[in-house]
Formats: sequence, structure tokens, C-alpha cells
Amino acid sequence: MTMSEATAAAEGGSAVGVQVAAENPPVDGAAEDAVIGKWAEDTQEALVIAPDKLTAYLTYLRDRQGYDFLSSVTCVDYSAYGGKLRDGVDERFELVYHLYSTRKGGGPVVLHVRVPENETVASATGIYPGANLQECEVYDLYGIKFEGHPNLRRVLLWDGFNGHPMRKDWKEAYHEADTKPFRSRHPQGDYQWHEDKIPWGKNTTYPTGWDPDSWRAPITYVPVSQAPEDAYSDEFETESIVVNLGPHHPSTHGVFRMLTRIKGETILALEPEMGYLHRNHEKIGERNTWLMNMPFTDRLDYINSMSNNLGYALAVEKLAGIEVPERAQYIRVIMAELTRVVNHTWSIGFILNDLGALQTPALYAIEEREMILDLFEEVSGARLMCNYMRFGGVVRDLTEGWEDRARYLANERLPRALDELDRLLSDNEIVKARGRGVGYLSAKDLLSLSVSGPMIRAAGVPYDIRKAEPYCIYDRFDFDIPTLPEGDIYARYYIRLLEARESVKILQQALRDIPKGEVLGGKGGYTLRPPEGEAYQRIEAPKGELGFYVVSDAKPNPYRYHVRSPSYINLNALGPMCVGYKVADAVVILGAIDIVLGEVDR
Amino acid sequence: MFGTGLLKGLGVTMKHFAETFIDDRKPMPSRYADSIQLEHGRRIIDQPITQEGLLTIQYPEEKRLLPERFRYIPMLLWDTEKGEDRCTACGICAKVCPPQCIWIVRDSDENGKPVTRPAEFFIDAAVCMSCSFCVEFCPFDAIKMNHDYELAVYDRYPQLVYDKEELTVPLEYYAAMWPEQFAAEQEALRKAEEEERAKAEAKAKAAEAKAKAGKSADKPKRTPEEIEAMKQKAAARSAAAKEKAAGGADASDKASSDTGDDAAKKARLEELKRKAAERAKQRKQSEG
Ligand code: SF4
Ligand code: SF4
Repeated sequence: MTMSEATAAAEGGSAVGVQVAAENPPVDGAAEDAVIGKWAEDTQEALVIAPDKLTAYLTYLRDRQGYDFLSSVTCVDYSAYGGKLRDGVDERFELVYHLYSTRKGGGPVVLHVRVPENETVASATGIYPGANLQECEVYDLYGIKFEGHPNLRRVLLWDGFNGHPMRKDWKEAYHEADTKPFRSRHPQGDYQWHEDKIPWGKNTTYPTGWDPDSWRAPITYVPVSQAPEDAYSDEFETESIVVNLGPHHPSTHGVFRMLTRIKGETILALEPEMGYLHRNHEKIGERNTWLMNMPFTDRLDYINSMSNNLGYALAVEKLAGIEVPERAQYIRVIMAELTRVVNHTWSIGFILNDLGALQTPALYAIEEREMILDLFEEVSGARLMCNYMRFGGVVRDLTEGWEDRARYLANERLPRALDELDRLLSDNEIVKARGRGVGYLSAKDLLSLSVSGPMIRAAGVPYDIRKAEPYCIYDRFDFDIPTLPEGDIYARYYIRLLEARESVKILQQALRDIPKGEVLGGKGGYTLRPPEGEAYQRIEAPKGELGFYVVSDAKPNPYRYHVRSPSYINLNALGPMCVGYKVADAVVILGAIDIVLGEVDR
Repeated sequence: MFGTGLLKGLGVTMKHFAETFIDDRKPMPSRYADSIQLEHGRRIIDQPITQEGLLTIQYPEEKRLLPERFRYIPMLLWDTEKGEDRCTACGICAKVCPPQCIWIVRDSDENGKPVTRPAEFFIDAAVCMSCSFCVEFCPFDAIKMNHDYELAVYDRYPQLVYDKEELTVPLEYYAAMWPEQFAAEQEALRKAEEEERAKAEAKAKAAEAKAKAGKSADKPKRTPEEIEAMKQKAAARSAAAKEKAAGGADASDKASSDTGDDAAKKARLEELKRKAAERAKQRKQSEG
């Protein structure tokens, strides 16, 4: 199968969208009908859309308004909402869509769709195929069914799981209280040892009629989504077979499974299976107080804890209106860019690992990472789980001499190391042979699949949130958005090198200009109660668009805490990218997406 | 020409190899230049940011010199001067702890009135996420982060549920581990105390004029012997810590398993086992 066929397969989804558009001509008048109200005007305004007009409105936004990027789809269960804003609204659930325009840049259009319990909603996958995994997640965690979704399934939990855990009335086993701090452990609490509670304790529920003895895991490997029976004619009589790559496989970057249907060595269809590391991060996040979530964000993408901290801090600051002092702004940028260098060198090393160049390039690539982690440790106390940012700044000032060391890195060591990596790998004939033309997907397809970050820039889309919707103080620095036109593995490798160079440029400027002063302002301590409302803040994390969607009902705990994780959503493109290539290529294609399972599974 | 890229890449690896090889042949390879030598060929390595060549540290024979802010599991401070726990059992740390792994029981005097002192203080180190929030929000500087990271044990329970005894360290230990922060805190404390004293003196003068009699001081629940025993224990610990510091390791690093307090460790383990058995028994009784 050729590349164009692969693209055609990926475009199969959007054909549905065209159909919908034809049925409901996207005239502006009809679109206005769709908007039936506003929501959260004080914090981040959202439009309330009539459920039956959703697809028409999405089509209108995509085709007439240029909102080509469906960033986030999520849901809120308002059944326990303590705020005042929602008086008079009966529907229990609200689906929340965030759409952006990669051409115009700027802020999002936020859509809310109110859904009563047990109702279905039209799937957005026809218009934005990238809604695929996110709608699966909403179905899995909230139990909302999407009509017209090609493959609605439980993605994060196992098939027999009882209930939908993100619903407010779902309590996990050994549930202690809805919110922290727990009463039972303080001060005279009956502290219970976890060992006493396991395995079967109170509040564990099973599906009706479930019998642990007779239960067998359902056989899930039969259909690999819409696998074509026979993708190409050939001279041999062969049958296609289903092969599992993973979950425990050295090439899957963690506990992750690629369900493939192959014929010979060629992949006919591929589906990502995840959730092995799922810990319901968002449910934990809703029980925590606002501040408590900070160290938990470290554990999402554990290679880039500094950027995760930053994204979450920015979201809460946006919601609560907290100012950040000048010096802290600079420190944040420095940390975020150091993290990007760490991530990109790491991912370059591991793309090479997946290509079969075991360890040498990887270890060369992460040499400087060691120095950067030492710097992190010196200021924050930990190399990986930094927990360094706070609402209103960063927790501690830099140590003495830190800036000089960072300057040495930014001005001498990192540029040299990146050049060396370039010399070591970029002209390598094997890297080129394995990377050129492999895993191709066009820019249009990538965007429609909601892919973000280096992946789209390697396909020629100059879209970077630091420029398109600047946050922190990125508008003060002089840097470029490198793009490459090819959209293949090699470009995805090389774009990361180029981006790391740009990060070094930002680092040099930030370390030159950093002022003295306060590093933590505002009242963002553990008693924080943001005003009622919601906010979505995204940052250009090294792996793509990392977004935090937070809803407050003016209580000490977030009412809703959602992570739009780039690793998870970029996996939308894994299947379409792999079709037609060899099994060995699939390994590299996955590597070049650059996922971290802590963030995929959450 | 095909192959030039490969050769170029191999040149990079060759260069690395040659440099490291030459450096390694020297009597003192550059990566050991600033390291602290311990007995049996062990080392604490302070890797400068300019370090080239081999960066690998051969743990556990070689360890990194930890920066002051390194955080692992919290420890409670025993104020050796005043001879008391700094902790007042206010419970703030337990409230802010994200995984809720701190459990405090407030002490009470003989009349059952609660006093500002913990009777029990537990941290479940298996749950602790080393976030350091407890330290950040403790208003009395009573809880700090320990650098001791070699805590592997055979069983999670009870070995990893640290009680007050295990968590408590003397102030000197903290001062050695966190010198800069300790100095800053002492400075602040001294200032605050001076102000306090000035105020108190003014007050005392006023009070003297009134000539009041019969004051009731809180009697500590512990007997003098108990306090003496705790002091001794703390002193022993601080001596051990100092010894380690003097034994070559830098003051800001403490590797408890390095030197020979094996006996003490064993005793501690035995004690824990005994406690575990007791607890299990109690639980059984209360259930059955
Ligand atoms: S350690 Fe500090 S915060 Fe915790 S109970 Fe003691 S005094 Fe309060
Ligand atoms: S370090 Fe964090 S997790 Fe550990 S006890 Fe302190 S507050 Fe709790």
C-alpha cells in the first residue's frame, strides 16, 4: 500500500463530515440558532449549544470560521455542583469542546453541550476525526454515548468495569471522603493500614451477575477496528493475522499495546490499547485541594515535570486571577525550555533506539540531560518530580551560582552537544533509509486528528502555542518556529533537534535578562478558593499541546480537573500512520510520536 | 558518497572513546577530581557542570553529593537545646499532605487536656510522595526533609510506616544537612525571640507590679527519666551523624547505611518487628 492510500484511509473518517455538512448547510443563521446561551462569562466565556445542532455548528466553525483544530473534548458531571451559576439548569452532564484555529492563532471557542443522563450525543468524529480517543475517554469515564462514533469502547478501563468512575456519585473502593483533607486520619483518626483493606473491602462493586470464578476475560483481539480484509493483491496466498505488540514489549515505551492486523510483514490495521497505568488522575485531582494537585502533575509526563507544573499553575492562575512576579516569569520560562531540551534529546535518543541503534546514540543524547537534572535538583530538590511551581510563581529562588551554571550550559555546552548529535546522526545513511518517507501523514490529516506539537511542525504547519497564543512572557523572546515539509519519521527526528536549538536561544536570552526580585506572589497557598467558573489553559509542552481544564465552584477543591494530554491525543494518528508500513516501522513510528505512558493513561 | 554520514558519526564515537580512554588511564581521572574518598574505595562524587567524558556514577560504590535542597522523606526535629520536640501537633502538615500519609495524635496531660505536643506521629513512607508541602507549611519549622534515601526494607508494613521515634532527629543533624537554610532560620528565630523577650520583659515588669502569685505551668507528661533517655538517644544520633560527617562524607550528605551502625539498625528492625507483632495482635483482638 502506498502513502496516498494510507492517507485516503485516514481521510475515510472525514468523508462522513462532508456528508453532515451537505445535510445541514452551514449558513450563519443556522449556526446562530445553535447557540442557546452563555456560560462562565466571568472567567472564560463558553457558548451553550443545543445538542441537536452540535454537528452543524462544528461544521460551521470548521468550514466558515477556520477553527480547524479540535483541541479538547471532555465532560463535567454537575450533579454535585455547589456553585450558584447553574441554578435552573437540570441537565446533569455538560460536554465541553475547545476549538482553535491554527491559521489565525489566538484563543479558543468553547462550547458546552448540556446532556441529561442516559441521552446520547452526536459524535464529533465525523467532522473532527481527532475526537475519537477523547470521546472514548468520555464514554469510559462518564458513560455518555456518542452516536456515530466508529469504535466507541472503554479505552482506559477494562471491558467489564462496573460504572463510570468520573461521575460524582461513583465512589472508589475504600472511599474515605469526597474531598481532602480526610477527617479520619486527623487527629484522632482510625488510621487503617492499606494491607488490611485489600483485597475485597467495603464499597467494591461488581457488575450484576458477575462471578469471579466463572469469569473469563473477554476476547478483545478479533476486530482491529475497521481492518480491511485484504489491502493489496499479491502473488502469495496469505492470511492476515492479529499480532499484539505489547503490553510488555521493549519497543512500546512502557506498558502499552499495539493491536495489529498484519499480512506478512505489512500492517493492515493498528489500534492502540492503553490504560495499563491508569490511576484516575482526574478523580484524585478532584478530591485534592487545588494545591495538592501540583505534585501529582509531576507524575503525568514524568520526563517533563516542570512543564506540567507550569501548565497547571497557569490554568489556576487564570481562573483565580493571580499575578506572577517578573523574576518568577523568567524562571518559569528557563525551566520550561530546559525541560524541552531534556525531552527532545531524550526522544531523539529513543527514536534511534527504536531504529535499532541500541543505546549509544541514546546515551550520548542524554548526557547533557544529566547536567540539566542536576540543576533542577539544586533548585527544587528533585531531579524528576520537581514540584517547583506554585500559583503565583515558583516555590524557591534559584541558588547561588545557579544562573552562571545555567548560562554555561546555554551558551556553551548545549549548543555544542546539539551540534555533535547532529553530526552523529543526521547524515547517517541508515537513519535516512529507515526514516525518509516512513510514517507519512499529511498536515491536513494530522490537524484533523488533533495532533499537536513537533508532529505537526514536522509536517510543515508552523503552529506553536508560544507564538499563536503567547503565555508567560514568551512574546518577549526572539525565536523561530522551525518546520519541515516532509511529515515523515526523519523529519520528526530532525525537528526536535531544531526545536532544541530554538530553546537554547530562548534560554540564552532569558538568562541574560533575568531580573532580581520576588519569586512568589499572590495568595496561592493551600487554602486557595478560586471564584466560581472555569478556565482552560494550554501550553506548548515538549510533546505537544498540554491543556488543563479546571472548573471551580468556589470550594477548596477543584470541581473538575481535566488534563488534555498530548501523548494520549497524538495516538489518534498512530493507526493511520502505520497502515501500509512494516511491523519494524511501526515501532519507530510510535517512538517518533514520543509518548509517555504516565500521561497517556493518567 | 554513500557511507560518509556513517563515517562522520563513527568519528564522533571514536572521539568520545579516545578522550575517555586517555582520561581513564590517568592516576586520577577527571571525574574523580573533586570527589570525597571513603574507605573501601567508595566515593562521594561532586560532578561539576563542566564534567566531560564519562558521566556514569557507579552506584552504590559511588554516590552523588546531594544538594542541600534534596528532599526525600520528612524528619521531625528535636530541639536539643530546649530538650523538646519542635512539633506542636498543630496538624497543618497532615492537612496539606497530598496523599494524606501523615497521622498525628495529640498528647494530653494527666487531666486529659490536650497539650501542644504530639504523642504519636506517623508517616507512611510508602505513600509519601516527597512533595515537601509539610515542610513548606509547617509554621514551627518542626518538620524538614531528610536526605537519607536508602530505605529499602523487606516489608512495607510496618517497616515503612515511620513512627515518631524513627522520624525524630536532633537539630544538629538538620543543621549539618541543610546548613544554609538552617542558618537563615536561626537568624530569623533569633530576631523573633529578641522581640519576644523585649515584649515579655515589658510585660513582666507590669505583672510584677501586680504581684501575682500561684502560677500553673503545664507539667510535661514525660518523667524526667524519660526525657533524659530521649536526650541521650538524640545525642547518640547526632554523634553518629557527626561521625559520618567527619568520616569523609560532606556534611550535606548523609548515607546512613555507609558506616557501621549495623547493630543499631538491627535493633531498630527488631523493635519494629516487635511493634508490628503487637499491633497485629491488638488488631486481631479488636476484630475478634
Ligand atoms: S510538624 Fe509542624 S505542621 Fe506538622 S503538626 Fe508539627 S508543628 Fe504542626
Ligand atoms: S513530603 Fe508530601 S507526601 Fe510526604 S509527608 Fe510531607 S506532605 Fe505528605
